[in-house]
Amino acid sequence: MGLENEYGISSQKSTDPVTLSNRIVLAYARYVYPNKNIRWDYDLETPLHDERGFDLSRSEVHESLLTDEDQNIPNLVLPNGARFYVDHAHPEYSSPEVLSPLEIVKWDLAGEQIMKKACELDALINPEDKIRIFKNNVDNKGASYGTHENYIAKRSTDFNKLISGLTPHFISRQIYCGAGRIGIGQNSEVSGFQISQRADYIEAQVGLETTLRRPIINTRDEPHADPKTYRRLHVINGDANMSDFATLLKVGVTSIIIKMIEEDFLNAADIQIINPVEVIKNISHDIKLEQVYETTNLRKISAVDIQEWYLEKSIYFLEKRSSDEETDHVIELWQQTLNMLKNDKDSLKNKVDWIAKYELVNKYMDKNNIDFDNPLIKSLDFKYSEITSSDGIGQILKKNNLLSSFFSVAEVDDAVLNPPISTRAWLRGRVLSKYSESISAASWDSLIFDLDKDKPLVRISTANPLKGTKELTHDLIENSNTASELVDSIRERPETY
Amino acid sequence: MSEQVRKAVTGENSLENLADISFKKHSTKDIDSVLDQIDAVLEKNAEEFVKGFIQKGGQ
Repeated sequence: MGLENEYGISSQKSTDPVTLSNRIVLAYARYVYPNKNIRWDYDLETPLHDERGFDLSRSEVHESLLTDEDQNIPNLVLPNGARFYVDHAHPEYSSPEVLSPLEIVKWDLAGEQIMKKACELDALINPEDKIRIFKNNVDNKGASYGTHENYIAKRSTDFNKLISGLTPHFISRQIYCGAGRIGIGQNSEVSGFQISQRADYIEAQVGLETTLRRPIINTRDEPHADPKTYRRLHVINGDANMSDFATLLKVGVTSIIIKMIEEDFLNAADIQIINPVEVIKNISHDIKLEQVYETTNLRKISAVDIQEWYLEKSIYFLEKRSSDEETDHVIELWQQTLNMLKNDKDSLKNKVDWIAKYELVNKYMDKNNIDFDNPLIKSLDFKYSEITSSDGIGQILKKNNLLSSFFSVAEVDDAVLNPPISTRAWLRGRVLSKYSESISAASWDSLIFDLDKDKPLVRISTANPLKGTKELTHDLIENSNTASELVDSIRERPETY
Repeated sequence: MSEQVRKAVTGENSLENLADISFKKHSTKDIDSVLDQIDAVLEKNAEEFVKGFIQKGGQ
């Protein structure tokens, strides 16, 4: 699995966001690869391929969906295996592929540090137009940009079961992983506070698009792996979180539910909510968590009830299997969180972003006797997610143990430099660290070596995400003296990548 | 979590066990203790900042 974040970006002189995004990615490119321009390899990307089995024609779609056309924009593959590039008008960091939710948290935090460093580097070049970066999803003036989770699932999984099994989860999970937002409606037409950043921008239940008519379930079928074996579930309905706890629970719970669907264990017919596209907004707007929603079999249940239904199924599912310590822990945290959401929401204020933000906003409204329409309160929403300077409020809360933080500065710095060990990201990251000057392009599923300017480029396909791990490739990489030697030794051992 | 993943996640030094991420480790501090810090970083011109934060839509 992996996590992508499109960050909000602005500058002192209000330079346009495309220019700013280009500036920071280029500044970082010169810093990591001073002598080399490494291209993203688009050859295998198929963003217009639909999970439901048909392709959209290029002329039929909005140009913003054409993500595989090289628009000559900076597009980096980093030594930690991640991708850092400009997506539309935002800088985006896509974490390397990992196996566990805690690894997601760690390499997502590495992305925050990379953004921060890139802005510092840019400030040396453009000191009069300092850039600020925000880990959020809305500008409260109509624009939304995404935080996308990616999960790999077996190709054999019935996509209709993924739709019915995940829709009730995706509309209700915001009660513990919503980031909180001031303003209601896509343009903040109504004043007030809501649980999720993203809910008001969801306009369809199922669909391929990500920039318009955004769906609860996105059907982009681009597994970045052998398509006969795997499909990728590209989840676009979630919020960007500052709280590590929120990220852990979001990804941990969702992956357990996907596993249940993959193994055909889950029959979610009982909790299909009527009109989920409306209900995702209604849940977001109900900060007291009191509302109930009608199911297709005419019961009335709350967002917490939906989550408790999944929890119960998950506990039963895991009882019958050998679980692991981290999954057990996610279950325990999930259970406690749901109990607190019912009985004592306040005590989640150092774990759940929207509750932390709501408390902060209320403090300032009381203190200054002002309401949601006051610019000071609106600015708190953005300041909560600012990551470039050390004065982002989320960061202040984390430093003071007032918001969940799992990793030390040293651990996050380690994840900036090093790839995770248990996927092909290891091979990609280590090769980019050791032999960047011999790499002409790279992507999730390829490494292209430029070994000799008189010979053709050599393409190593890394189609299997579970190969190229530290265990399989560490010695080959370490024992090689040149990129050519590495390519030869890897090619002699097809079982390693 | 497998031992391999644990090492990948925790590195050498901290987060020795998952209990670090539990409800037992409650902070007794309150947000009031950092309000002065937050006051200091709030935008001096909040109105201009809020108006000027304009993004283009993304995915």
